[in-house]
Amino acid sequence: PAFGLFLFTIARDPLRIIILIAGAFFWLVSLLLSSLIWFIAVKASDPQDERLQKGLLIFGVMFSVLLQEAFRFLYYKLLRKAIEGLVALSEDGCSPISIQQMAYVAGVGFGLMSGAFSMINLLADALGPGTVGIHGDSQLYFLTSAFMTMVLIFLHTFWGILFFHGCEHRRWWEIAAVVIMHLTVSGSSFCNPLYVGSLVPSYLLMAAAAAWAYLLSGGSAQNLRRFLLCKW
Amino acid sequence: MTELSAHLPQFQHGQLTENFPDTHLSNTNDNSERRRHDNSERRRNDNPESETNGQPQNNIQQVVEQDEEEDEELTLKYGAKHVIMLFVPVTLCMVVVVATIKSVSFYTRKDGQLIYTPFTEETETVGQRALNSILNAAIMISVIIVMTILLVVLYKYRCYKVIHGWLIISSLLLLFFFSFIYLGEVFKTYNVAMDYITVALMIWNFGVVGMICIHWKGPLRLQQAYLIMISALMALVFIKYLPEWTAWLILAVISVYDLVAVLCPKGPLRMLVETAQERNETLFPALIYSSTMIWLVNMAEEDPEAQRKSKNSTYDKQAPASQTRNEDAEADDGGFSQEWQQQRDNRIGPIESTPESRAAVQALPSNSQTSEDPEERGVKLGLGDFIFYSVLVGKASATASGDWNTTLACFVAILIGLCLTLLLLAIFKKALPALPISITFGLVFYFATDNLVQPFMDQLAFHQFYI
Repeated sequence: PAFGLFLFTIARDPLRIIILIAGAFFWLVSLLLSSLIWFIAVKASDPQDERLQKGLLIFGVMFSVLLQEAFRFLYYKLLRKAIEGLVALSEDGCSPISIQQMAYVAGVGFGLMSGAFSMINLLADALGPGTVGIHGDSQLYFLTSAFMTMVLIFLHTFWGILFFHGCEHRRWWEIAAVVIMHLTVSGSSFCNPLYVGSLVPSYLLMAAAAAWAYLLSGGSAQNLRRFLLCKW
Repeated sequence: MTELSAHLPQFQHGQLTENFPDTHLSNTNDNSERRRHDNSERRRNDNPESETNGQPQNNIQQVVEQDEEEDEELTLKYGAKHVIMLFVPVTLCMVVVVATIKSVSFYTRKDGQLIYTPFTEETETVGQRALNSILNAAIMISVIIVMTILLVVLYKYRCYKVIHGWLIISSLLLLFFFSFIYLGEVFKTYNVAMDYITVALMIWNFGVVGMICIHWKGPLRLQQAYLIMISALMALVFIKYLPEWTAWLILAVISVYDLVAVLCPKGPLRMLVETAQERNETLFPALIYSSTMIWLVNMAEEDPEAQRKSKNSTYDKQAPASQTRNEDAEADDGGFSQEWQQQRDNRIGPIESTPESRAAVQALPSNSQTSEDPEERGVKLGLGDFIFYSVLVGKASATASGDWNTTLACFVAILIGLCLTLLLLAIFKKALPALPISITFGLVFYFATDNLVQPFMDQLAFHQFYI
């Protein structure tokens, strides 16, 4: 579905593609830095102690979440500057792309990259022979991974919109809400393989974020109804 | 049989010349044209006003000032479109290379090395290996430098025939021989039975159409497709025959060399560009990928209507040389006389040339006064760039422990580098090396992802944590 989003909404306009790739790049850099930190931490610690390793991993994840949000903020700053440049350059004095569109595209960029990184090795392995969960792990590994990835991609998209909106209107609580949501989702994934603990809250949060982002972007229940009725 | 044929290129490489890619994007002469164009347009717009308010002087001054801004606007406005026009072929090339590497094992088997890299990397100590790879890289780079200088000298002394011949031979080799090997390997991988006669027919057709398309005339898309294919083939050859450390070293050194050769006043590439500009010609039938057609439609002087008719966006720019589209490049043989592309496409002409424009191929050196329609301005990128980008990504997918993650990371890094390079091009408006930024990013990301991110992601995936 995320790829479909990409095709329908982004692939038309070259500017959006660039913003998308740049967004993916920023996410990548944040991942790089966070894994650097984790790596240093691991090297500095005892490789035998499993609980410690797991603890370090959790710490790494949290840190990474924070870094991702920080990079989202940086990206926002960059896009602000870019928008000013574009406005100055365009013929009719208004930017060819609005900050909300940029927010959306940036969110998709982050999401796609994170999703790709999470899933792609899995997919490659899935092509090969083997049985899922043969060692007593969950048999639903692939399925849940797929769903989790999808929810994460969508969440990133919505968070992008919310985040940028918060930055635009200087509502710090919105930004804080995004960060907390992200932390919660990542945290819930710690309950895996107890999938109920992770998937369900994530989906609920996603629905909430979706509704919020929709409202922020100017939609409303009325619009929605009109849209659905028209089409049908 | 394959082993034998695999060794052949090594010997053949010895005979063929190897010229390396210096790829530059450039943007020459753009300003003057645009200024003229803007001038004419503005004057047309302003004229009625000037009559009414009776202050023609002011108008013209405003015109001049605004021209500069408009120059920038136009450049950057079309910037996004051009970036995409370049993203797509680079992506395609990389995808082809990665797909091949992943599926056909031939290109990841070590079957020996090129004679240009005589030192082996299967040594006992790390120090020995490092030394060997440094020596290999040094040899390769010096070969490249020698070839480039040779090219420049030939160009300077107008030995066009030699250059043409060289390019034709190399493209022949590439189109026929390498694609034959490639096809053979693909068939082997998928266990498809094929007889020699069919293969001969296919390769013959492929090769001949390729030669025509690249050196002469042909539909734009087909030419672009062929250029992408030969870049991919070339990259695959490199990936196969260069040992690991040597490959990374070569990538690093060649981006430095590119930087130096293009920007230093005495650099060979820069001299080449300047010579070409002095003579008002296009850099010769080189290895460049252009995103739109470069037609030389100078006859617009005599016949603006015909030109207008021929394509929606006729865009005729000054006269530097006639560059017929076909003279566009092919990447060449084992060596590549890659041409760096400099000229930011100034001479974009109609996509399909009319018979008249074809007739008027050899450009009149005079500046034509036709109005340009700046819509179809395109960008050119040297094929060497394609090749090295693909080598980087291909090597990443072949030898990385992080596999797809690393490949993806390198891919994004290269695209961003390309974006930045194009941005710089828009700002500086002159020939720029396309390699350094992208390759630097790519290398950094490759090593970082492979060593740092990979373990992290592995652990995360194992526990199914999500970040």
